[in-house]
Amino acid sequence: MLIHGPGSVTGIWIPPDAINAAVSDSLHAETITIAGHGDDQVEAYISSSLHGETRGGVVVIHHMPGYDRSTKEIVRRFAELGYDAICPNLYYREAPDAAPDDAAATARANGGVPDERLVGDVAGAAAHLRSLANSNGKVGVIGYCSGGRQSVLAACNVDLDAAVDCYGAFVVGTPPEGFPLQVTNLVDQLPNLRCPLLGLFGNDDAYPSPAQVDELDEILSEHDKAHEFHRYDGAGHAFFSVDRPSYRVEAANDGWERIEGFFDTYLGG
Amino acid sequence: MCTYATVRAELQGSAKGPDSKWFHVTDGTVYFDHPVHAMAEHTLNIDFADPSRGPAARVAVELTAQSARELVSAIEAALASAPDALKV
Repeated sequence: MLIHGPGSVTGIWIPPDAINAAVSDSLHAETITIAGHGDDQVEAYISSSLHGETRGGVVVIHHMPGYDRSTKEIVRRFAELGYDAICPNLYYREAPDAAPDDAAATARANGGVPDERLVGDVAGAAAHLRSLANSNGKVGVIGYCSGGRQSVLAACNVDLDAAVDCYGAFVVGTPPEGFPLQVTNLVDQLPNLRCPLLGLFGNDDAYPSPAQVDELDEILSEHDKAHEFHRYDGAGHAFFSVDRPSYRVEAANDGWERIEGFFDTYLGG
Repeated sequence: MCTYATVRAELQGSAKGPDSKWFHVTDGTVYFDHPVHAMAEHTLNIDFADPSRGPAARVAVELTAQSARELVSAIEAALASAPDALKV
């Protein structure tokens, strides 16, 4: 039954809460093209309400394995939670129309996603969300794993209203000696963090380790940057990944509640 | 964690890949990171690929660290068992 407004439908009184719920989970999702870094045309997956209510926006940064089904599920979940959500395909330039795992392999072989390009693509995605007729003008970003670091990177360089880092490695910390990393930590950029940061971490994770999470906490406090960290015992890296052995249901469920509360505070109407 | 580490090797050979078709392999990409399919948090991953044929032209392997070491030993043993004259 499609409910268009409060009151009675076929003689039955519908409470306002039920109407809001019905509106919120009536979703639209599709693949579109947006202007990314350098005005490159970049594929993106977007999901929003069918009813056009005024909403905040969320940019979802996919993990290193790519622009895949599980990431698109996260995009739709944010739409169901009450946001316009979008995920740019960070590997579109290297592998347009390729399967996500093949695209990820190609991007890795080519050296990965440059930080500058990531920032430009997130900026383009945020601009697209703000251009939507129902936008309330507020946009947040969230990333998992490598996307956690990229979420912080974006929040240091793009006009965003909230950022979530889910166990991103090398936001702080020095790579082990002899470790052929192609990324740098973000310590020198943290003073430029432009919005509140929610961090969600597993205490069994080695990258980032609990000590590195402590270090990030201290640096953000020194620079008087608003942040909120939650750390979970019995969880390691990638505890949100429902299709991987690393999934930890208690940490993931609590983490989703923290994300909902955080975005409601900073992206709500 | 995402290790980001990627080691590349130029290869000459063939692999049987998408649609059960053989293709010429020019590149090997080796990395230790999250797998796509294997039920482990991290694996040693190898892509045997021909980038000139597009992203799908690859055979992907995801092995536990112990399996990868055993594979290295097996490759070394197989190579050692063959006469030097054949190994060109």
